[in-house]
Amino acid sequence: MREITIREALNEALQEEMKRDDAVILFGEDIARMQGAFKVTAGLLDMFGEDRVIDTPLAETLVVGGAVGMAMAGLRPVAELMFADFLGIAMDQLCNYAAKMKYNCGVNVPLVVRTACGARGSGMHHSQNTEGWIQNVPGLKIVMPSTAYDAKGLLKSAIRDNNPVVFFEQKTMYGLKGEVPEGGDLVIPLGKADVKRQGGDITIIATGGTVHEALAAAAELEGRGISCEVVDPRTLLPLDHETIIESVKKTHNVVIVHEAPKIGGIGAEIAAVIAEEAIYELESPVRRIGAPFTPVPFSRPLEKAYVPDRERIITTVMELLSPEGV
Amino acid sequence: MSGKLEKQYGKKLLEKLYREMVLIRRFEEVAGQQYGLRKIGGFCHLYIGQEAVAVGSIAALDLEKDYVVTAYRDHGHALACGMEPDVIMAELFGKVTGCSGGKGGSMHLFDAGRHMLGGNGIVGAHIPIATGVALKLKTGNEKGVVLCYFGDGAIHQGSFHESMNLAKILGLPIIYICENNQYGMGTDFTRVSSQQDLSVLGTAYNIPGKQLNGMDVLEVYDGIQKAVATVRETSDPLFFEIKTYRYRGHSMSDPAKYRTKEELDNYKQQDPILILKKRLVDEQVFAENKLDEIDEEAKRSSAQSVKFAEESAEPSIESLYSDVYA
Repeated sequence: MREITIREALNEALQEEMKRDDAVILFGEDIARMQGAFKVTAGLLDMFGEDRVIDTPLAETLVVGGAVGMAMAGLRPVAELMFADFLGIAMDQLCNYAAKMKYNCGVNVPLVVRTACGARGSGMHHSQNTEGWIQNVPGLKIVMPSTAYDAKGLLKSAIRDNNPVVFFEQKTMYGLKGEVPEGGDLVIPLGKADVKRQGGDITIIATGGTVHEALAAAAELEGRGISCEVVDPRTLLPLDHETIIESVKKTHNVVIVHEAPKIGGIGAEIAAVIAEEAIYELESPVRRIGAPFTPVPFSRPLEKAYVPDRERIITTVMELLSPEGV
Repeated sequence: MSGKLEKQYGKKLLEKLYREMVLIRRFEEVAGQQYGLRKIGGFCHLYIGQEAVAVGSIAALDLEKDYVVTAYRDHGHALACGMEPDVIMAELFGKVTGCSGGKGGSMHLFDAGRHMLGGNGIVGAHIPIATGVALKLKTGNEKGVVLCYFGDGAIHQGSFHESMNLAKILGLPIIYICENNQYGMGTDFTRVSSQQDLSVLGTAYNIPGKQLNGMDVLEVYDGIQKAVATVRETSDPLFFEIKTYRYRGHSMSDPAKYRTKEELDNYKQQDPILILKKRLVDEQVFAENKLDEIDEEAKRSSAQSVKFAEESAEPSIESLYSDVYA
């Protein structure tokens, strides 16, 4: 099958949805002429014109707030926040307005906020995984794809969804290639996890960039005789309990991995769900791997120590399943 | 004697302006009483004294294509948009028959069908949203205009400045209206604003601004009517500072000790309803008893709205969970 990068997959998703529905418009800083800080919107200005690919002033409250108004009035805006760290500036619009309009007045807010997350040598204000900031806001959906296939199918779904969806793109993965069929209408429902690798001894639940670390760890662990199942929730809100619990019942051991700080991260929610729904299935304690409770450091060795990697996953799995072999 | 006043505005409009102002006054008086009786809880911001602003400006709109977006002192705007007193009072009571089924309350009045998009609770936060609605109108070439209202407290929020800037660069059909009632909660605006003439605030963004006397409904109507006609054609934003005064405290819990009785009495001498009534009688548009009858009707429908609210059911507990997502 054809292989394209996540960047290209996202671009295709935007293109296809804009062709399909005139109400879809793009709104954000440097997305039109500059084609986006990460070039995700490349070529779209030429294709759809400046009425549908709109460069905004550098003002995130306005980017999200304006998009909320457009969505309420009948458009389907895809707003871009250049970095997930900037979510804080737009938090009020996202959490108090986008998320609550339906409840307040019955009006849908079909809005997607795309944003780039993850550490890549850019320091504490351009590196964070901020999904934990918003994961307990009713009314929002949160999506975090890990492959080109998922990125395309989930973004198309997010655009068609009638709710505000925050779409996290791991910036280290924009260039990552993966199989995506040419043509067709690739749509992946929100709220459905995906089993990225089948296994019988332990379930590694990983999100975003850490999915690939989990897969690499699983390949390594296979050589040591440990069969890992890797589950990618893909949508963090709503979370697919069914797939997670099914996997727990199969392997009876769980490690959860994400790049955001461990404290208060999505891993805490997933662990709680497992405790509530399947605690007697467990043969060992649920272990979480997340970033330490520090800002994202700039220095390379510090950043490397910050971001959860395959080594930490391997060590954790070994501690659980084969303590004598660590 | 057929007066100049009648010729200029016509009986129908003059009666409408008077009727709506009186209805707001009586409705708010009753809402205040019901709050005192603890039938209404939470926050409740009365519009008494400011009636001419909402009534005079909304009378200039065609709500088939135009929109109103306002802040939390919203009962007057809701009534001026034609929302039923029953439905509004029921919402203040938190009843299922309220415009948000009791889930919004005083600060969150909404009627999407009448193009009344709130009723928004956080100071200044709705300004980007109103701007987004205007962008939708522009994109669709719909010839509609948005009136976006906020208080003197909101103009120091970044959202106001971000919105004005975007509206100008994109040429959006929106009229920003600062209802300067002189106090942001308990703080005299002159203490917290480096600029005392708020109407100039748009000039930094090349948006012309104008001051209007908000105690004179005809001046408000004239000013906004002309502005709406202009913006409908030019799709270029305008800004108004409408000077007004609230007779009651910021909310029901505010005894308003930060101002003098003399100041309040002075404004009551310029009461917008009395001013219009006097002109209508002096210039023989309506006999005084006709206007008194309108007042009686307003009292009756306000009293009726309380009865309606009292007799309405509480929302079902299940409704807590509805309309969180589309």
